[in-house]
Amino acid sequence: MADTLRVNPINCTGHGVCAELLPELIALDEWGYPIVDPRPVPPALDLEARRAVAACPALALKLFRAERTADRSA
Amino acid sequence: MTMAPVNETVNEAGNETAHETVNEATGGAIRPSAAGLPRLLPLIPGVPEDLRGHLARYGRPPYRGGPGHLIQAVEQAGLTGRGGAAFPVHRKLAIVARARGRKVIVANGAESEPASYKDALLLRAAPNLVLDGLQLAAQAIGASEAYLYLHPGASPEVLRALNQRAAVGLDWLGVTIAEAPPRFLAGQESALVNRLGGGPAVPTFVPPRVTERGLGGAPTLVQNVETLAHLALIARYGPRWFRALGTAREPGSMLATVHTNDISQVVEAEIGAPLRTLVNPEGAQAVLVGGYHGTWLPAGTVSTLTLGNQALSQHGAAVGAGVIAALPADRCGLTEAARVVRYLAAESAGQCGPCLNGLPRMAAALAELAGRGHRRQVRADLERWAGLVSGRGACNHPDGTVRFVRSTLTVFAPEISLHSRGQCSATNHGATSRTPFLPLPAAMPASEEDWI
Repeated sequence: MADTLRVNPINCTGHGVCAELLPELIALDEWGYPIVDPRPVPPALDLEARRAVAACPALALKLFRAERTADRSA
Repeated sequence: MTMAPVNETVNEAGNETAHETVNEATGGAIRPSAAGLPRLLPLIPGVPEDLRGHLARYGRPPYRGGPGHLIQAVEQAGLTGRGGAAFPVHRKLAIVARARGRKVIVANGAESEPASYKDALLLRAAPNLVLDGLQLAAQAIGASEAYLYLHPGASPEVLRALNQRAAVGLDWLGVTIAEAPPRFLAGQESALVNRLGGGPAVPTFVPPRVTERGLGGAPTLVQNVETLAHLALIARYGPRWFRALGTAREPGSMLATVHTNDISQVVEAEIGAPLRTLVNPEGAQAVLVGGYHGTWLPAGTVSTLTLGNQALSQHGAAVGAGVIAALPADRCGLTEAARVVRYLAAESAGQCGPCLNGLPRMAAALAELAGRGHRRQVRADLERWAGLVSGRGACNHPDGTVRFVRSTLTVFAPEISLHSRGQCSATNHGATSRTPFLPLPAAMPASEEDWI
């Protein structure tokens, strides 16, 4: 099961490292905060995604198992 | 008649005595007619029910000793949360009931929507019904701690009721009162758990849900006080009785706070009732449904709709916590909306970048649209910021604010054009009134200390 990237917006302070390491899936908004592609991470980008997670200075970027992120309503 | 304004004497139960039966589960109290409204509010409007009156009307809470039956009854009744999210109550009950060890239940009375006072009224008018529901739900999930979370001074009646109940041994579990700060997000589930844990009332990131890991790490059930009052009646009279009002998909009654030019009042209405029986849209510019995280609808649309999410969702709206406000013709919708969004921006917990940055900009842009003549790009800026903040907060504050802003732009589009030409339909109606219509706290929060 492919993982999904999610940013914890409380922890995120907009360093922007993630967008630099993984521009395929992460862009920055006009205030410098990441906009993360909500779709499952393609296998070809798996390593880069893990690298971006590990590099986040605020520990705000996480990989979630797909069934976990589906559990967000209410 | 499908509604019972609290300031009028409307009691259908009194007209249907033929259907009343003695219910043994309630210790001989009269089982009310299923169709009768009000179910929750006092039979004599404006007169709060003390413990004696409560027991005479409803009987003692029917404790069952174990979890299974009540959760099943709540599921069959189809009860949904009345705090705004309309989440199925039995699912939250079941999740916490399954957990082992220490468990917490919280009755959430921290109604922080400035335009809503149905929970405040319920806590004063029928505190024992809320407390019955808290006790019955506590037993159903096997809770080891119970809290009642509300604004300071909100209900002297509920404190008196707690003492009276303790004196006669009515409660299954002791209840601790916890105070909510006067902030919009104070009642948000994770903010509430933070506050109870001694921290500021600000939301946390999900997951984990509070039902999995809440107060001090314990699975925590948070239910709105009105939800608990309905649950107390389902425990007594059963799911069939509950379903005698409402629609198949949205059973029961609900409390709503209705604002018109003349009056603001709390009504208990049947879900599925025509909206025009609650508020007369004629002469209104637009109707705000669902509160400040809600949706403006054109008056013409409202006259065809019924109360409930099934009908409202087709127009992008939801009942939320039941705020319905018909904007009079002599008030400017743009000015009202700009004030509300300024308030919502100030009420951001400031934890998430998009909300912290986006909401104040949206508030300023709306204020510009509400003025006379605006820069050409303001509308496009607003649309872009709305898209940027959606779904990017830890809680739904940015999403709710965007819903309000987008419906403002749609419903008041003609008004925006008028304003760009230096006109305003509110003044065209010859009105002199500049009194704000939509209620907001007298003082905007100023400091970080307001969170606790």
